[in-house]
Amino acid sequence: MDFLRPVTWEQALAYKAERPEATPIQGGTDVMVEINLDKGRPAALLDLNPVAELTRWSAEGTEIRVGSGVTYTRLIAELGPLLPGLAQASRTVGSPQIRNRGTVAGNLGAASPAGDAHPPLLASGAIVEAESVRGTRIIPIAEFYTGVKRNALRPDELIRAVRIPAATGPQYFSKIGTRNAMVIAVCSFAVALHPGERRVGTGIGSAAPTPRRAPEAEEFVAAELDWEGRSPLDPEAARRFGELVAGAAAPIDDVRGRADYRLHSLAVMARRTLGWAWNDYTGRGPA
Amino acid sequence: MRVNISVNGESMAADDVWEGESLLYVLRERLGLPGAKNACEQGECGSCTVYLDGTPVCACLVAAGQAEGRDVITVEGLASGGELDEVQRSFVEAGAVQCGFCTPGLIVQAHSLIESTPGVPADAEIREALAGNLCRCTGYEKILDAVRLAAARKHQP
Repeated sequence: MDFLRPVTWEQALAYKAERPEATPIQGGTDVMVEINLDKGRPAALLDLNPVAELTRWSAEGTEIRVGSGVTYTRLIAELGPLLPGLAQASRTVGSPQIRNRGTVAGNLGAASPAGDAHPPLLASGAIVEAESVRGTRIIPIAEFYTGVKRNALRPDELIRAVRIPAATGPQYFSKIGTRNAMVIAVCSFAVALHPGERRVGTGIGSAAPTPRRAPEAEEFVAAELDWEGRSPLDPEAARRFGELVAGAAAPIDDVRGRADYRLHSLAVMARRTLGWAWNDYTGRGPA
Repeated sequence: MRVNISVNGESMAADDVWEGESLLYVLRERLGLPGAKNACEQGECGSCTVYLDGTPVCACLVAAGQAEGRDVITVEGLASGGELDEVQRSFVEAGAVQCGFCTPGLIVQAHSLIESTPGVPADAEIREALAGNLCRCTGYEKILDAVRLAAARKHQP
């Protein structure tokens, strides 16, 4: 195994071009588990810790550009008001020690269907900034996930940043697990209201081969909601929204939960998070 | 490969480090610092918690090469001149040590919580801060007592 230590982003891209089989490592919270438990042995590790520019985030117009080295701890501390859904999901990641090292880009690189960051990224309509020596490629989040632990990155590409539209309305994340800390989601769900466009974003986690949206549920509920008059959420519409979200999932039975439990809990989480978001939007306070 | 790390304020070098090796392995097996414990090797238990550039992390999830040129403080580095740190003393006095295997990780994590919190943290804050540290003896009540005691001593001298 080789250990590659680029100091600049350009060097990192050059290494990745030269050694496409190298595994990038940032927080190590996934990569090192694989190595420690001997589940896989990369030909080389490409350490991105020394590339300081990756640890920065910036507001660019209505978009927040989060560098691939920004940890969950910093995202929670610094980006809660701008990216509330992602910040909520980040608070549920692992433990303080894990959040001190782990990154959203790492979640994307691993592309586990259970990754906590995925549902809010889908609900917000994020964009992945992938780069190689050949140039920059902009990948819409919904096209990024291609299979279980597989993503759309090409072998010579690295994730430089994730661009996420700043919230324009309430956002919520919900996750099922056996305790609050150190939980790999049994399943999870994120909702984002986009009042300017009269649109609702969704993201489903850990209930299909990849994280995915629930487009039918989004369209249904966007048409049902009284955006102008801000009247209370119709319980029947909320129930139907939950049903459609569950309908968009394709879960399996596994060690963390059964498929039918995942479908049931997804419907419940979708209904509840929509209720919380709508109450915020209409100024009615917590549901 | 050779890895140079500042550990507990002392420049140290480890040789013949395998590229996939963890910082935890380097500390324990190459640098003779067995304080940080090796238990789950997947970040679940917190027993290997050390400071990396002032931030508590699981040493088992830091690749050794990632620690090159950085500052690591282990539980061994908290006591000074033979005198236990406040958090260590509080763990002893509160009876927060049973089998002791989780203790070093808990002490580093609790130390970080107390350093970064003005006053005595609320129980919810303590529980959240220690959520990634497992005690298989389930001695959590005494551990909470120890953290409250250490925080009170630090902030009400």
